[in-house]
Amino acid sequence: MFNYTFQWKQAMARLPQMLDGAIVTMQVAILSMVIGILLAIVLTMFRLSGIRILSAVAKAWVEIARNTPALFQIYMAHFGLGSFGLHLSPFLSILIGITFNNAGYLTENFRGALKAIPDTQTRAARSLGMGAAGAFRHVVLPQMLRISFLPMTNQMVWAILMTSLGVTVGMNTDLYGVTQDLNALTFRTFELFALAAVIFYVITKIVTLGARLIAARLFRY
Amino acid sequence: MIEIEHVRKSFGQLEVLKGIDLTVSKGEVVTIIGGSGSGKSTLLTCINGLEPIDSGRILIDGTEVHAKSTDLNKLRRKVGIVFQQWNAFPHLTVLENVTLAPRKVLGMARAEAEEIAVRQLTHVGLGDKLKTYPGRLSGGQQQRMAIARALAMSPEYMLFDEVTSALDPQLVGEVLDTLKMLAQEGMTMILVTHEMAFARDVSDRVAFFHQGVMAEIGPPQQIFGDPQHPETRKFLSSTRQ
Repeated sequence: MFNYTFQWKQAMARLPQMLDGAIVTMQVAILSMVIGILLAIVLTMFRLSGIRILSAVAKAWVEIARNTPALFQIYMAHFGLGSFGLHLSPFLSILIGITFNNAGYLTENFRGALKAIPDTQTRAARSLGMGAAGAFRHVVLPQMLRISFLPMTNQMVWAILMTSLGVTVGMNTDLYGVTQDLNALTFRTFELFALAAVIFYVITKIVTLGARLIAARLFRY
Repeated sequence: MIEIEHVRKSFGQLEVLKGIDLTVSKGEVVTIIGGSGSGKSTLLTCINGLEPIDSGRILIDGTEVHAKSTDLNKLRRKVGIVFQQWNAFPHLTVLENVTLAPRKVLGMARAEAEEIAVRQLTHVGLGDKLKTYPGRLSGGQQQRMAIARALAMSPEYMLFDEVTSALDPQLVGEVLDTLKMLAQEGMTMILVTHEMAFARDVSDRVAFFHQGVMAEIGPPQQIFGDPQHPETRKFLSSTRQ
């Protein structure tokens, strides 16, 4: 029943290719986080704007991002837009899909964080002559980012893992895509995917530890 | 000069200011006393435009605070306010708390803003806490920092809203001393306070508010020594117990 012979050497020989893939994975994850955070800040401001159409846009974004599968979101970026004649590369599709997801979740995190900041903070800033935008930028935003730092780290980990969905839209340069292709080539299925899993694990561990170090350095209050 | 003319203000059904008239000249120190819910604090937040008013008007050096054409951000540079809850910015050091508005609102260079901040913080006795985060300060220290933060904008008027009410009793003195010092330096101030001895010491005039009306105003000797209004008498005798 169990007569599989492990051939780790074969898998290990492919490690450099897989690590190259890991770099692409990190590129997608980091880009999607940076853009996602910026979008989430804008969406949060939309929500607070009191302008109905803007807050509706933000609300719809959050609802779709959080209540539909990430795979669907990536499909929509690739095949959905493709049906309208907008053909994006796998890299762009996965980037847009994950960024959409990140922005949705982070907007919701930011909303929670804002609730934890008393209105009197804004009031104090305004009483010093700051405009609404200045008060948000210099007083509210830094506190909001601090409170949502941990959820942001979680989202980053999630973004890294979501890149594996790229194979469904033909992505073959990231860690998961590379592994998939190597598997087709060598049939060392277990070894290759186990190795990929270890690489994913190590990367996410490094990210969470790094985030903790950054937090300790940034948030000394 | 701050001119308050027939100011009315309601929160929903509740009318908290029922036609207030008060003029405060340059260099004058006016304290407002009265029971809770008498409208004292609301009046202060109306003076610098943090709260809208329903009718009447408030003029600061001739500029109408609640006129649509008034640039409130600009006007607030002139009128500092310190609240009962000091509202320190927790993510900034003491020094950064004080330099923030001069830098971002007045566009001052960091060095210049820091020079002013250090001077103000030293003035209120926090010269050795510049790099500390507010979370590590006592309530009294945070409140003095809030005073320095408002003063760093070089305001011409200062409003103090029950600034000692949220403090532990042993910390009240240090904040009152800071206020006294400011009064002696000639700062124009309107203070809402429950510290009667302090009001008597520091004020040019004392106003007694009762249920949204300024029942009585006069020099401290008269208000505390010979109150005319029955509600003033009632209030003062209750605070002495």
